[in-house]
Amino acid sequence: MANDVWVYIEHKDGAVTPMSFELLGIGKTLADGLGSNVCAFVVGEGTDNIAKEAGSYGAAKVIAVDAGVFKGFRPDAYAKAAAFLLDKYKPEIALFRATSQGTDVAGAAAAQLGFGLCTDTIGIAVDGGKLKMTRAAFGGNYTVTVVNEKATPQIATVRPKAFAMPVQDASKTAEVVKESFTVNEADLNTKVLEFIKSAVAINLVEADIIVSGGRGLGSAEGFDLLKQLAEVIGGGVGASRAAVDSGWISVEQQVGQTGKTVKPKIYIACGISGAIQHLAGMRTSDCIVAINKDPDAPIFKAATFGIVGDYKAVVPKLIEKFKGKLGK
Amino acid sequence: MKIVACIKQVPDTEAEVKWDIPGGKLNREAMDSVTNPFDEFALEEALLTRENYDGDLIAITMGPEKAADVLRNCLALTVNEVHQCSDAAFAGSDTFATASVLAAAIKKIGDVDVVFCGKQSTDGNTGVVGAVLASILGFSQLTYVSKVRSIDAGAKKIVVERAIEGGTEVVEAKLPAVVSVIKGINEPRLPNLMGIRKAAKMQIPQWSAADLGVDAGKVGAAGSCTKVVEIAVPPPRGAGEILKGEIEDIANTVTDKLIDLKVIK
Ligand SMILES: Cc1cc2nc3c(=O)[nH]c(=O)nc-3n(C[C@H](O)[C@H](O)[C@H](O)COP(=O)(O)OP(=O)(O)OC[C@H]3O[C@@H](n4cnc5c(N)ncnc54)[C@H](O)[C@@H]3O)c2cc1C
Ligand SMILES: Nc1ncnc2c1ncn2[C@@H]1O[C@H](COP(=O)(O)O)[C@@H](O)[C@H]1O
Repeated sequence: MANDVWVYIEHKDGAVTPMSFELLGIGKTLADGLGSNVCAFVVGEGTDNIAKEAGSYGAAKVIAVDAGVFKGFRPDAYAKAAAFLLDKYKPEIALFRATSQGTDVAGAAAAQLGFGLCTDTIGIAVDGGKLKMTRAAFGGNYTVTVVNEKATPQIATVRPKAFAMPVQDASKTAEVVKESFTVNEADLNTKVLEFIKSAVAINLVEADIIVSGGRGLGSAEGFDLLKQLAEVIGGGVGASRAAVDSGWISVEQQVGQTGKTVKPKIYIACGISGAIQHLAGMRTSDCIVAINKDPDAPIFKAATFGIVGDYKAVVPKLIEKFKGKLGK
Repeated sequence: MKIVACIKQVPDTEAEVKWDIPGGKLNREAMDSVTNPFDEFALEEALLTRENYDGDLIAITMGPEKAADVLRNCLALTVNEVHQCSDAAFAGSDTFATASVLAAAIKKIGDVDVVFCGKQSTDGNTGVVGAVLASILGFSQLTYVSKVRSIDAGAKKIVVERAIEGGTEVVEAKLPAVVSVIKGINEPRLPNLMGIRKAAKMQIPQWSAADLGVDAGKVGAAGSCTKVVEIAVPPPRGAGEILKGEIEDIANTVTDKLIDLKVIK
């Protein structure tokens, strides 16, 4: 139906995680408001299981482009398939996750259809049939509301974890439609040679718990203590730019304006002053704990719980208490 | 080889944002501005590419009069040629309109092998112009690039590393390509005094919509589908609680509170 809400299901070589389906939740809310259906669309090879799972997460219908040429992710191939589907069905809204794949496909597909999109949306509502999308701008100092007045579909990428995960119900199934669209290998521009798995086990963007350190740690060794705490509570390790630029930790772990934007349930900031560029990347965390020896550090204005003190004394205490209480 | 770097001028994050809401445009002239932080990495990678493989490096920007500053910085860093896409009709362009203008400039330059962009601008924060540009031009789309392994202009091939969720993807692509880069790919150099002096005196050539052959109705606020209708300061976080007392008690309290959130397993 023309005013349906479509959700792009991303996967890596056919593998999905529950997070791949997260937008079916907000998609359903929007579709209810429009009196239409939430549908999933997927591009790949051997997508039957993904389609089935999308049904269990609430998709009324799944539209799949399934062919050998789509085995691994390639932006040009996937964007062509996505643009084909969006042009053919013209849903009212198409949502993608604001991940590397989601952004690549959404941007290129929108371009092929000839219009703009709204990226990294954190708030979304339907107003008179049109989306009102809220997103951070100017290094997170401001939020802006964006509308897309002329495009169908209205395309948006949505920040991971901005909306609640839908509940899975294995008894729910979706109607599956397969579209026979394909592209010629010779027309494609890119080829993946290999994938080197990161040594960092936890992807900060999806992490529920992050223990982060800044210049106040004083040295790379300071991060050893933070890693111990992170391990006890099952979290990832993040850092401020100052710590990254000092060479204490990899750039992959930088949180903030020139690093990652994260939204964990618990963010523990140790020896971080709370510069706006850092806050830009973590201010929407649910619960922020700040440990800093300077009582005037701006991080305390953003913190849910503040501890004024030396992290070298506080963090070992936290490790000890957690170990005792969690029976570890 | 012909290399292009797309460089954007953005308001300093510390600066007050001046917004013209009815027009949906940013009053860029009234704000303190800097080179978009990610574009410093893009420019450096373009300079390194020229050093490693030879060729001409051209920097382009789309922006009002004062955006000439970022190109002057490029000239001070010995970029061969710069072009400023500037026209009242460009104001208020969304991602697609912006990329259309940049694409027109790249076509006008002609025979370009590789275009470097930053991952994201820190004003609009959209992070998608590189992908859109690649799509419009039909160039290879290489985003989130953390390393350029090799470029072979003769064989029309480039190999890069992309930092994506969970690891690094090594990708081979055809040239021409649009490469958007992340922090960590290099250490941007600074211009020297002589370079700055020389650049200060140079004329920055401008291209209007007519020069680029773009339809003024299809760019700028008028030609953009997406429009900013509201700008707000995010609500402050609820006043936090400073835990006071002995470290022992504080640690007890905070671990209890965190365990109560039922996130820690
Ligand atoms: C364009 C641009 C982009 C940027 N992008 C980012 C970004 O993505 N991410 C980012 O983080 N920053 C970014 N920054 C940098 C940012 O402005 C700050 O410089 C940086 O966040 C400061 O890091 P910090 O808090 O670790 O260090 P500092 O500001 O030096 O703070 C260290 C803190 O540690 C405390 N401390 C010292 N010793 C101890 C101890 N023993 N125990 C407890 N506390 C202690 C001090 O009181 C102080 O508050 C960017 C800047 C610019 C200009
Ligand atoms: N007006 C512009 N002029 C030149 N380059 C731009 C412009 N807008 C965006 N770019 C490039 O595209 C990248 C991503 O920008 P954005 O999608 O706006 O976050 C930037 O880092 C620049 O390299």
